[in-house]
Amino acid sequence: MEETRIGVYICHCGLNIAGTVDVEEVTNYAATLPSVVVSRDYRYMCSDPGQDLIKNDIKELKLNRVVVASCSPRMHEPTFRKACQDGGLNPYLYEHANIREHCSWVHDDKKVATEKAKDLVRAAIKRVYYHQPLEVKEVPVNPKVLVVGGGIAGMQAALDIANGGHQVYLVEREPSIGGHMIQLDRTFPTLDCSECILTPKMADVGHHPFIELLAYSEVEEVSGSIGQFKVKVKKKARHIDESKCVGCGICEEKCPWKVPSEFEMGLGKRAVVYIPFAQAIPNLATVDVDHCVYIQSNGKKCGACIKFCEAKAITPETLLNQTDQIIEVEVGSIIVATGYDQFDPSVIPQYGYGRYDNVLTGLHFERMTCAAGPTGGKVVLKDGREPENVAIIHCVGSRDQNYHEYCSRVCCMYGLKYAHLIKELTDADVYEFYIDMRCFGEGYEEFYKRLSEEGVNFIRGKVAKVTDVAISDEEKGKLIVVAEDTLLGKLIRVPADMVILCAALEARADADKVASLFTLNRRADGFFLERHVKLDPVATPTDGVFICGCCEGPRDIPDTVAQAEATAAKALSLISKGKITLEAAIANVDETKCLGCGRCEEICTFHAPKVISKNGVMVSELNETLCKGCGACAVVCPTGAMLIRHFTQEEILAQVSALTEV
Amino acid sequence: MDEFKPQIIAFTCNWCTYAAADLAGTSRIHYPPNVRIVRVMCSSMVNPMYVFKAFESGADGVLIAGCHLVDCHYIDGPVKCDTMFARLKKMLHTLGLEDERLRHEMISASEGVIFAQVIREMVEQLKKLGPSPFKIRREALV
Repeated sequence: MEETRIGVYICHCGLNIAGTVDVEEVTNYAATLPSVVVSRDYRYMCSDPGQDLIKNDIKELKLNRVVVASCSPRMHEPTFRKACQDGGLNPYLYEHANIREHCSWVHDDKKVATEKAKDLVRAAIKRVYYHQPLEVKEVPVNPKVLVVGGGIAGMQAALDIANGGHQVYLVEREPSIGGHMIQLDRTFPTLDCSECILTPKMADVGHHPFIELLAYSEVEEVSGSIGQFKVKVKKKARHIDESKCVGCGICEEKCPWKVPSEFEMGLGKRAVVYIPFAQAIPNLATVDVDHCVYIQSNGKKCGACIKFCEAKAITPETLLNQTDQIIEVEVGSIIVATGYDQFDPSVIPQYGYGRYDNVLTGLHFERMTCAAGPTGGKVVLKDGREPENVAIIHCVGSRDQNYHEYCSRVCCMYGLKYAHLIKELTDADVYEFYIDMRCFGEGYEEFYKRLSEEGVNFIRGKVAKVTDVAISDEEKGKLIVVAEDTLLGKLIRVPADMVILCAALEARADADKVASLFTLNRRADGFFLERHVKLDPVATPTDGVFICGCCEGPRDIPDTVAQAEATAAKALSLISKGKITLEAAIANVDETKCLGCGRCEEICTFHAPKVISKNGVMVSELNETLCKGCGACAVVCPTGAMLIRHFTQEEILAQVSALTEV
Repeated sequence: MDEFKPQIIAFTCNWCTYAAADLAGTSRIHYPPNVRIVRVMCSSMVNPMYVFKAFESGADGVLIAGCHLVDCHYIDGPVKCDTMFARLKKMLHTLGLEDERLRHEMISASEGVIFAQVIREMVEQLKKLGPSPFKIRREALV
């Protein structure tokens, strides 16, 4: 075996170290320790001449281990590793002793500090003895990107990447892209029409040569890791021939069966074979299997669409025999933009949603004011009358300990928008019941001020209940909103024909499934967790998977778009680098010791170890691209088969016992 | 007889508590020189064996310190460390070691002051407790 030859270098750091530590004494002491070939001190080890000392000694004295005692390794460990590498030594055959931050700067007594410095240097020397050369591995990055979710967030991310000339697969589970934004009528505070600004983007996505749109599809399985994910996507059967359908809509017109339209929030109806809305992308018909009489009767009844489809896109064959398809794609990174669900206010019975016809949610009202919507843009009650007074209740399900503690961030502003639209479209009085007005974005506060001037009544107080039990003539035939006006300090009853509930934005009902699919973590509120709330807001604990938009928490359109662009930048930066450097100090399995018990697999947050069958024996196999080197697996491994390179048991035990030697 | 100077081994995570000790240094917050720091990548990397080794080779106290739950570089390292720590504490108790000799703290990178404070407290406490029973035993036998 090769003889261990250690070089030790003690830095003065001017007087930062030398002022409190007797550097010469430490240097002389180090020279007496086993395997130390050379021990030197120098005024500034990190300077070029300081680093040259190391490089020359490696060559001339044939050093195969190096220890530098200076400042924190968090500062200069990379510098000295590089110096070792330049000198021809593997950078992992280096150990650092921190005698500045952990010694000279925190102690006064020179004798005590010198003794401590000696201990730290001795421990570093004992530890470096066990260091092994490690190889930094690189894996190539597949330049294709998967975007999951075709709302504004997913579309923006897909367009940014595709415009950069890279292939994007955009998966959307609904028949058309557009997400919640396409359901909105106008957007605050500018009041520009949501459709007008979104449909050109949708068309761009639909036509982009670098975007492969997989609408009416869902991700089934994800394997692999950053740079090389393998994804299975289930393309659900539309029961039409997509290559022939021209989106003329004749099938929809001729289909005799109507069901409530999801897109219109149940306010309007759609046919059983349908295009969800006029500007749908892709513009293809979809058959609602559960309601299709032809399919349910196994071809015995109806069949109107088959008869009228001139393009021959709908045939008995497509209706009865078309099945879901599995498409496999390979990508280097994944952007998750799966959006939110609107909170269901019927769980708050006192607000009467679901019981009273004229209690609506925000999304219902969006469809109502939309010119292309079910009421043709008219604000009307269920019986067709125009309301005389409308109450808008903020924070329904948000900022409420019983439901969601968080603020949904958009409700104050859309509540104001509704007030404006009601004023514009009707002669009704508008009452806004709020807890606090949170108008924080560009032009938002100004919009609030404008609405105050438009004569909207603002009542500060959380609504106790909405009832139809009248106690005066004025209240008869109306809904009555009962609340405490906290500014007046008294209970008030406001009669209203229509009540709009600003329902919270909440995590998708199936967010847990999506989380396990992409190995994401969720916060207590159910939304996906970013890697760092301030400094890494779109990355996730899984390298190569990014999140944007409302799947990460409630946010408005400008914030969503900015975040989507951030994820695109992350994906593009991976692509332009072209390869990923893997951490070298990660776990390693000694297969001869492994019993395949699976405790490592169980404890790993990153799913790096996996017990597999190899030649009929169960053994743990490590995916090196997933391992972060935290070391939790090595602690639970009962046989010592799992170890962390550069932090092996013998290294740490040697260091610990050296530190307590007297 | 010389005054008893307790020896403490501190296992600190690279991202938080090691950085907190660095911050104590850059802020020149002084604390007793009795502590020797071992850098680990995560507090969940601390094998109970390391703690036994520390006591066996003469430490009077051991500190395991890492990130707060929300700061962890590895998402949930402190939770894993906590589980290990609870078992370790029982084992050491069975071996006759006072509970106060082993401490688990969450100290973030910005809490240099707290790091120094924890070391001061531990030194005071260990001074009251005297040398570790392991150390006394070993010295008697040598």
